[in-house]
Amino acid sequence: MSKAPLLDVSGLTIAFPGGTPVADFGFRVAAGETVAVVGESGSGKSLTALAIMRLLPRTARIATGTVRFQGRDLFALPEPEMRKVRGREIAMIFQEPMTSLNPVLTVGKQIAEVLRLHEGLSAESARKRAIELLDLVRVADPHRRVDDFPHRLSGGMRQRVMIAMAVACTPKLLIADEPTTALDVTIQAQVLDLLESLRRDLGMALMLITHDLGIVGQWADRVVVMYAGRGAEEAEAAALLGDPLHPYTRGLLAASPRLDASLHYTAGTLREIPGSISSAIGEPGCPFVPRCPLAQPSCRTAPPPLMPVRPGRLLACPPVAATLEPIDAAAVGR
Amino acid sequence: MPLLSVVDLHTHFRTPEGELRAVDGVSLTVDKGESVGLVGESGCGKSTLGKAVLRLVQPTSGSVGFDGEEVSRLPADALGPFRRRAQMIFQDPFSSLNPRHTIERILTAPLYVHGIGDRAERKRRVPRMIEQGGLPLSSLSRYPHEFSGGQRQRIGIARALILGPELVVCDEPVSALDLSIQAQILNLLVEMKREYGLSYLFISHDLSVIRYFANRVLVMYLGRIVESAAGADLWARPLHPYTRALIQAIPDPARRRQAAPIGGDIASPLDIPKGCRFHPRCPIATSICTKVDPALVRHGDGHEAACHHAGQLTRPPEA
Repeated sequence: MSKAPLLDVSGLTIAFPGGTPVADFGFRVAAGETVAVVGESGSGKSLTALAIMRLLPRTARIATGTVRFQGRDLFALPEPEMRKVRGREIAMIFQEPMTSLNPVLTVGKQIAEVLRLHEGLSAESARKRAIELLDLVRVADPHRRVDDFPHRLSGGMRQRVMIAMAVACTPKLLIADEPTTALDVTIQAQVLDLLESLRRDLGMALMLITHDLGIVGQWADRVVVMYAGRGAEEAEAAALLGDPLHPYTRGLLAASPRLDASLHYTAGTLREIPGSISSAIGEPGCPFVPRCPLAQPSCRTAPPPLMPVRPGRLLACPPVAATLEPIDAAAVGR
Repeated sequence: MPLLSVVDLHTHFRTPEGELRAVDGVSLTVDKGESVGLVGESGCGKSTLGKAVLRLVQPTSGSVGFDGEEVSRLPADALGPFRRRAQMIFQDPFSSLNPRHTIERILTAPLYVHGIGDRAERKRRVPRMIEQGGLPLSSLSRYPHEFSGGQRQRIGIARALILGPELVVCDEPVSALDLSIQAQILNLLVEMKREYGLSYLFISHDLSVIRYFANRVLVMYLGRIVESAAGADLWARPLHPYTRALIQAIPDPARRRQAAPIGGDIASPLDIPKGCRFHPRCPIATSICTKVDPALVRHGDGHEAACHHAGQLTRPPEA
């Protein structure tokens, strides 16, 4: 590895009373890179993001693992230090722009608050900067919009305001948790387009949490597939979509109508993944075993770790790995 | 004769800010055994249209013919027979099932309300339906919260189909579900269509789901149908610039890091733009588009579009 990654999550286990929704999970993000974390509800992708920000609910406990950001162990930072990281170096936007904005403050005040807190700007210059930021996130008529309350804005506009707040201090990493799931497709395209140009212009890295494989293919450099709290597969986006290896990823791609324009109900049924993610609860082996067409008795003994199988590719499925050409582990690195 | 025939339907709501024209002059038909997809973004009026067709909201004007009978002005107490033949499946499998009723009670209610069968007959029909929905018989004594989203949607489908309807309006039936579950539900809907010869009006914001599920597609924008075509024809030859934008906005690895196809937000149905209602966002709008509301006109076999510049990819020169 030539350079230390910007973000290095390793061996992360998040425990709640009654379960461990994230177990031994890890991935890295390099500076300026877009990494997608993909999974369905209950896969633990949002909890992982909250753990990185140290914003987990009180009932949660980090059982094992570290999060290193620019070499610093975030879990070891005192809270006042962490507060300087949050918002200034790592920022986060959420799925629901309706509930993440304060309804009784104008959007200008909310953006200005970030700048006054982290950059110590005066009220006047913070407002000026807020208008510039609204312009940066392509809100039309920013001079007027800055004094609007959130309820006056459409869903797409609100998400732009959230993005303006998030990039106000030019963070090195932006975590976007399903940023477009609540938006219409034409608005979704605008917001993803905006995130991409901000990433490029501000030199940010982007951790994009999504359930949408189309978004992964169009916007991500690398992708980590999560299933029931564990990493299932990691690869470059094009490699993952072109040649998925994990039975779960294969199933998702086959089940997805969007990636195959020729599929029509009159021509055949969609391939299903049987059952649901809840079947992973209490499974001592691979969490996907109850739904897996390739499951073997050995899959039920212990959860398989992510292992290098090809250059730049990790896979947590020994039965599939056994069918691949053996690789020179030293040449793969990690 | 089509099973469902909607002509110039309007559904307006009075609000403190003025008249909200949710459905603003829609005509459509659904033939027997046909699956018609209705696609559009939030606020375009597609859900209101679905509800107005079933008389779950009262249309302001226009007509809804079902199997030759006008149902839009039937008095409420005469709606029973129509309701039995036309049912709805809702988006949210969490709020559309009564949390205090067992699944058996939820599935028995429609039979009871419509006075179908005696107690013994209902006892026979309910277990058969739940098994067809893909759930075990033991589900009947359980409550909605004991089921996952996908399972609840199966219950919603069983409830809609237990009356043996001919037309089913599906309002975003898979939007709330995870991808791995969506395919299960879509396959179930296809299976039910084959089994019972159902006709569907399938409402979704997701073109890829519509693409899979529909024989014919209607594209709706701000209360109007702006394009209508057989599915394959629509993907191959979209004529309306909005349809083109919708197709291009589907995230696709083949369009790596491409810019968004159109800017702007959908306008408010309280304040519908003059002329063509899409013109403020349209990449090829000209001066006529700001003045004249385009009608839905035919462009070849079964393909209609409401656009002054239908089929053109770039802005035509002004006369």
